[in-house]
Amino acid sequence: MAGGASDTVVRTGRTSRFVIYTILTVFCIYYLLPLYVMVVNSLKPLDEIRGGGMLSLPQAWTLAPWSSAWSTAQIGVEATGLRPYFLNSILMVVPAVVISTLLGALNGYVLTKWRFRGDTIIFGLMLFGCFIPFQMVLIPMARMLGLMGLAGTVPGLVFVHLVYGIGFSTLYFRNYYAQFPTELVRAAMIDGAGFFKIFQRIMLPSSGPIAVVCIIWQFTNIWNDFLFGASFADFDSQPMTVALNNLVSSSTGVKEYNVHFAGAIMAALPTLLVYVVAGRFFVRGLMAGSVKG
Amino acid sequence: MVQSVPSRQGPGDWLRSALPKLVLSPSLALVVIFVYGFIFFTFYLSMTDSRILPSFGYVGLENYEKLFRLRSWSIAVDNLFVFGGLYIVICCVLGLALAILLDQKIRAEGAIRTIYLYPMALSFIVTGTAWKWFLDPGIGLEAVVQGWGWESFTFDWIKNRQMAIYTIVIAAVWQTSGFVMAMFLAGLRGIDNEVLKAAQIDGASNWALYRRIVIPQLRPAFMSAFVVLAHMAIKSYDLVIALTNGGPGRATELPATFMYSYTFTRNQMGIGAASATIMLMTIAAIIVPYLWSELREKS
Repeated sequence: MAGGASDTVVRTGRTSRFVIYTILTVFCIYYLLPLYVMVVNSLKPLDEIRGGGMLSLPQAWTLAPWSSAWSTAQIGVEATGLRPYFLNSILMVVPAVVISTLLGALNGYVLTKWRFRGDTIIFGLMLFGCFIPFQMVLIPMARMLGLMGLAGTVPGLVFVHLVYGIGFSTLYFRNYYAQFPTELVRAAMIDGAGFFKIFQRIMLPSSGPIAVVCIIWQFTNIWNDFLFGASFADFDSQPMTVALNNLVSSSTGVKEYNVHFAGAIMAALPTLLVYVVAGRFFVRGLMAGSVKG
Repeated sequence: MVQSVPSRQGPGDWLRSALPKLVLSPSLALVVIFVYGFIFFTFYLSMTDSRILPSFGYVGLENYEKLFRLRSWSIAVDNLFVFGGLYIVICCVLGLALAILLDQKIRAEGAIRTIYLYPMALSFIVTGTAWKWFLDPGIGLEAVVQGWGWESFTFDWIKNRQMAIYTIVIAAVWQTSGFVMAMFLAGLRGIDNEVLKAAQIDGASNWALYRRIVIPQLRPAFMSAFVVLAHMAIKSYDLVIALTNGGPGRATELPATFMYSYTFTRNQMGIGAASATIMLMTIAAIIVPYLWSELREKS
């Protein structure tokens, strides 16, 4: 590029560009390899895997491992496949994401546009709650869920994820609303608009991007959670991750690697789909969770 | 920032001025009870004789003394140092290298970034499952390479007590390094080109440019990467469960898996609570200064 228009200053020659592209391609293969392994091996019969052909394409393509993983594979004591657990995960994720995002939006609104003494401390307390090792809350939470009559149920898991999701959703909305012109809010107040009216008419309509970021983040985190699911769910309320782990690590019978791979893809598919469709927002959420400001 | 507008006196005024705090209070109550109340509860349990169920016989620091004498705890802590150290260093080195390479006006940069980062969207259970069978000597990499004709090739780390912890590093680095790359790339894009141009006119080589000017300016990105990776390493649980389940033997036990098994399967709740407390204090030592500086900068 001629003149000062270039956005990188460092110039690279023909040879070094070749080296750079080679290295970048090698790492593309490295990152894609496990996905490739999962996909091809979920589509081949078991004996092809056992024969040392894990990296080869299937010789006899088959969808049998997929149907087995979905509806007939042995999970724990029952041969139900992963289908009921997939459903559990959806029933768990949807309400937890919706409620924690709404609460986060309201909290962010209060913490930026209705500030009061000590609000930064309150925000700091909420934020620290995102980073604690959840081992620290497992024991009392198990008791509390029992007291609330939610032990071993999907609503119990919704509650747990909701509580520990508030910190991040508040973080997203607070940082986003902090950039929002306060003058607009003040003008609306002088015109007589109340707390909720301002939220509904002025804040919410402009919250699209951050709502997407927040929903994606919460969805990915809650869908992928294992610790809470393993600690607080019963056999019939297990989320997908816990069921997948049971499927893969069950020690009885023949290890059906192809079924395991098919199950792993099923557990990965919802979050992967979100990533492919809205990757930009996913990355933005990741960054906001670490590099603030 | 915004003062409530003074208006006519009336019973609605109190409500109007208290409304924002009322809206915030349910969330605050949840956090106070379920984060701080529970932290306090577990901390208290760590000083009691709780076994299978919480019990309130006070025993002081006895559980901590027992904990630090336990062989399996010291294995878990040693493993955390090996795993965490390698994980952080490799992720940072790899992430920085890939970010610098990707910052050279690469064609299809967007596609490459997407490929590098997608593992971050996966559950550690999925990652663990994929790597568990790929690294399994019976069917995975070892069998494949032997099938290609290199009969003596062995790669049995996952079954080997000395090497198994490194398989956790391999899978964890695979999952997170793309994310670290993205953090460094964002840092690189924020660097002012004028300084670089000036240095270049002074005859600095590319290598010197990066070593002397670019990398030192990435300090905030390094800080963030360190904090994120360190706290992920300490909390690592799912990946170990899916990949090795702590084995072979206790070779890949980490504090998080130790806590779970002592509390829920070995019925030593007091010791489990003590180990959780140690984990919390370690993370707090890393996170609190970080959050403190971030929040103070803002306000």
